[in-house]
Amino acid sequence: MKPAPFDYHAPTTVDEAVALLAEHGDEAKPLAGGQSLVPLLALRLTRFAHLVDLNEVTSLSSMSRQGDDFTIGAMVRQDEVEFASDVAAAVPLLARATPLIGHFQIRSRGTVGGSLAHADPASEYPAVALALDAVFDIKGKNHARSVAARDFFVGTWTTCLEPDELLVAVRFPAAGKRMGFSIDEATRRHGDFAMVGCACAVGVDGSGAIDRAAVALFGVGSTPIRAEAAEQALIKLRRDDLGPSALTEIAQLAVRDLDPPNDVHATSRYRRDAGAVLVGRAVAAATAEATNG
Amino acid sequence: MAEMSVSVTVNGSSHAASIEPRKTLGDFLRDDCGLTGTHLGCEHGACGSCTVLLDDKAVRSCLLFAVQANGRDVTTVEGLTRGKGELGIVQQAFMEGHGLQCGFCTPGFIVSVTALLRDNPNPTHDEVAVGLSGNLCRCTGYQGIFKAVEIASRRIRETGDRP
Repeated sequence: MKPAPFDYHAPTTVDEAVALLAEHGDEAKPLAGGQSLVPLLALRLTRFAHLVDLNEVTSLSSMSRQGDDFTIGAMVRQDEVEFASDVAAAVPLLARATPLIGHFQIRSRGTVGGSLAHADPASEYPAVALALDAVFDIKGKNHARSVAARDFFVGTWTTCLEPDELLVAVRFPAAGKRMGFSIDEATRRHGDFAMVGCACAVGVDGSGAIDRAAVALFGVGSTPIRAEAAEQALIKLRRDDLGPSALTEIAQLAVRDLDPPNDVHATSRYRRDAGAVLVGRAVAAATAEATNG
Repeated sequence: MAEMSVSVTVNGSSHAASIEPRKTLGDFLRDDCGLTGTHLGCEHGACGSCTVLLDDKAVRSCLLFAVQANGRDVTTVEGLTRGKGELGIVQQAFMEGHGLQCGFCTPGFIVSVTALLRDNPNPTHDEVAVGLSGNLCRCTGYQGIFKAVEIASRRIRETGDRP
């Protein structure tokens, strides 16, 4: 028994949950899958007087296609995302990112909303959400708002969520035809946090020219980062244009302005160099898939 | 910080207690149910020793508060025998394959491998490697554990028994 004492609340509706958050303010913390929060509590890196467990709020556990969006409830578990055929079809990048998270015993509890709201800069889902321009649906006691991924992530473990707000769902644009996706990361062992990683989405027009490119790097800053210069350079290129030297050039553009952390896991230089390699691979794989699809 | 009453079905038997909400499921199993087969190693989700089945899914019992398991089904390493004191398929395979030395991590491995083989009775070597990656063993070098998984996998295929 390692965490500091807390009062435990298990609401069954979103309204009850946000009422508890409004009542207790920054003394309260929502508990989703607990795979990041509980270690932080156990190590006493943080403590809260109140935990608001969301595991009984069943309305947060659904997924559905609505028009061009695929909406995933905040409490949908990662192992469900990993194996659901409708996720693989509508949001392939999210499905492919999932096996990279921890281990299967972690993904059986870990949730989509928990990972996003925890906002670890080295984690996969925030980069996927940023690459796909996902929209975050947020509720408070007397308000609701929607925030774009680029505005959601503020810093290490920090989002735009106020203490009395709850992330309830995330809307991903469903993948269309002639789109390709790839995610890859460098880790010391399977399941470790990425030293650096890259999530990529590419769309091509009817003639095979790239008309949309998103490259998001993670593990290289306090939030996932879009490589906008590399994205712009990819527009109008075709798969055949992306030989080794062109890919290297794009990859260098992607990492040029990064200042990755320098720590015991990897040097800043290593993260930049490995990041460039991952960008090259991810862009090539996503472009090939878009061109063939 | 008041205590709360919980009732959890563990290995088919109901266990009720009044506990602090901060008590993990792992501590509840050991302290309140007297089931000391589940071992707590790191207590922050890294080592996998405390792995149990919650409603048939493998989870870290150190990352779940016991109050969250109220009304749910938990299976520990003690529940994976075949009854009458006979070892279960995975337990027997760990013995035969020398899948343990000091034995501290073994309950977590047995539970994880049980979940792994239920989902995928015939895993490739790479699938086993990924499947074992959530459990740490500091003695064996893992080779005996790979062998145990191979033995259990073969026996499940031959007998059609559920691990």
